[in-house]
Amino acid sequence: MQQLLETVNKNKMQKGYVLKRNFDYVLKNHFLYWLIAPAFILTIIFKYVPMYGVIIAFKDFSYSKGILGSDWVGLDYFTKFLSAPNFEPIFMNTLLLSAYGLVLGFPIPIILALMLNQMRKVGVKKNIQLILYAPNFISVVVIVGMIFVFLSPTGPINKIITLTTGHPIVFMSDPEYFRTIYVLSGIWQGAGWASIIYVAALAGVDPELHNAATIDGANLLQRIWHIDLPTIKPVMAIVFILSAGGIMAIGFEKAFLMQTAMNLPTSEIIPTYVYKVGLKAGDYSYSAAIGLFNSVINIILLVLVNFVVKRLNEGDGLY
Amino acid sequence: MNLKPSRLDRVVLTINYTLLALAVLVVLVPLIYVVVASFMEPTTLLNKGISFNLSDYSVEGYKLILANEAMLRGFVNGLFYSAAFAVVTVAVSIFAGYPLSIDNFVGKKFFMTIFIITMFFGGGLIPTFLVIKELGMLNTVWAIIVPGAVSVWNIILARTFFKGIPRELNEAAKVDGASELLIFLRIVLPLSKPIIFVLALYAFVGQWNSYFDAMIYLENTKLYPLQLVLRSILIQNQVDPGMITDRLVMAEMKRLSEIIKYASIVISSLPLLVMYPFFQKYFEKGVMVGSLK
Repeated sequence: MQQLLETVNKNKMQKGYVLKRNFDYVLKNHFLYWLIAPAFILTIIFKYVPMYGVIIAFKDFSYSKGILGSDWVGLDYFTKFLSAPNFEPIFMNTLLLSAYGLVLGFPIPIILALMLNQMRKVGVKKNIQLILYAPNFISVVVIVGMIFVFLSPTGPINKIITLTTGHPIVFMSDPEYFRTIYVLSGIWQGAGWASIIYVAALAGVDPELHNAATIDGANLLQRIWHIDLPTIKPVMAIVFILSAGGIMAIGFEKAFLMQTAMNLPTSEIIPTYVYKVGLKAGDYSYSAAIGLFNSVINIILLVLVNFVVKRLNEGDGLY
Repeated sequence: MNLKPSRLDRVVLTINYTLLALAVLVVLVPLIYVVVASFMEPTTLLNKGISFNLSDYSVEGYKLILANEAMLRGFVNGLFYSAAFAVVTVAVSIFAGYPLSIDNFVGKKFFMTIFIITMFFGGGLIPTFLVIKELGMLNTVWAIIVPGAVSVWNIILARTFFKGIPRELNEAAKVDGASELLIFLRIVLPLSKPIIFVLALYAFVGQWNSYFDAMIYLENTKLYPLQLVLRSILIQNQVDPGMITDRLVMAEMKRLSEIIKYASIVISSLPLLVMYPFFQKYFEKGVMVGSLK
């Protein structure tokens, strides 16, 4: 009997049978395929067709000839960007802005979560969280608007500065301040929200562990270091990989709004440059090439960071 | 068992509370400042900043904002785009998430691969722009609502949620002869209210707060959502004082520009900031479900 079943199973696995079975399944459950169709079709149109459109980075795209008809130019646009005089500053601006954001933006949510975790009164803790999360819901336009009004020559910060030194600082027109303002305002807005994931992980720590450690004479800092931190280590690793890997994927929205003609030497980053070259100047091919260059670096970085963290973290990476 | 903290621990705890209080102040002070400043009399605000003298308060800023047609139209547009976007993106994500949650769904791997690849590779700004232009969607509402409607992240969230619904329910219904259509409509959808709500909330707020798509795809200012109107008030005005040549008008503009900014920040951000505590639970849920791999 056992043997018979096995042979039957083997036969069932034959290709023709599988095809027929799948075909029957699709016919019988066609409703499921109607359900997934909108997402599938939209993905093909708005994600895969543009991926195909990337080939204009290797062509001299002109509207009259279309994507297929335009002439191939190979890597011309890539070499043009790499040898352009503004390549180095723009590349470094992108890298530095992200790197500063990561260096400060990564540890602060962790520290916030560890501190919140020490709050004994649940009600007070909830209210503090409520306040710390709030800036996350303010739009980027309003955040940058607030930066402009606060730092304007007649704004509150400069009123204080004028009182002490006598002359205002034109923050938004000085390339020197751009990165600091960008990173600090980013932390003001995002650090609280970013701490949620750590707060949740810390809630899983068994209080008995802390009690046992206290009996053994461990003080609070030792307990945080040896119990709380190891608990959130896996979460830290994932967050770090995602943000370090995405270092060249820095968003367009905030930097673009914060740009003034005067602070461009530090505020021009690859995404804003892609926008200006492509949509403002209409140089589609060149812009697509710069965008593609950025994506390729990004993917390499993600793989690299994941590899390093995996090594350091005893085999626990993102994938 | 509750152990009494040692002296060192109490010192650490005190520092801890102090730092937290400081963090709360750092977040709150700018917000409160904006609200107070928005109620100042414009000239006082320009010359002295905020004051605590009651006679220096006025609602002139709000009067100007509420009389501003562009602002009101932006508000209505933004509301419409956000609501429409939320409906479309939630529907698409829920519909796609359900088949993907079924273990023996034929083609599951194929569809998942197609979706996941888009998380790592994309065409980029220009090729996407060209597709939307080619489809004749430039300068229409569709460019705002449709292209971003598929979010792989949302599909995965929906799928994770559906996987949590006990399969026995579906199996039982199947034995009773119910089709997948009936199971989806009668069993799965009614149980999915929480995930629908969380996804809709995120979609709505995300759309409400964004300006980028509207900036590149819309030219007609009548179609502008609130964020783009705010951009011209809050930011462009700052960078470029405009073309006003008349001295008097310019002086008046200078006098009023700050109060307009403060008042428009409050008017545009307050609704969300007031509403969010009621929904905080759901927002946090979104982060938590999303963190499941």
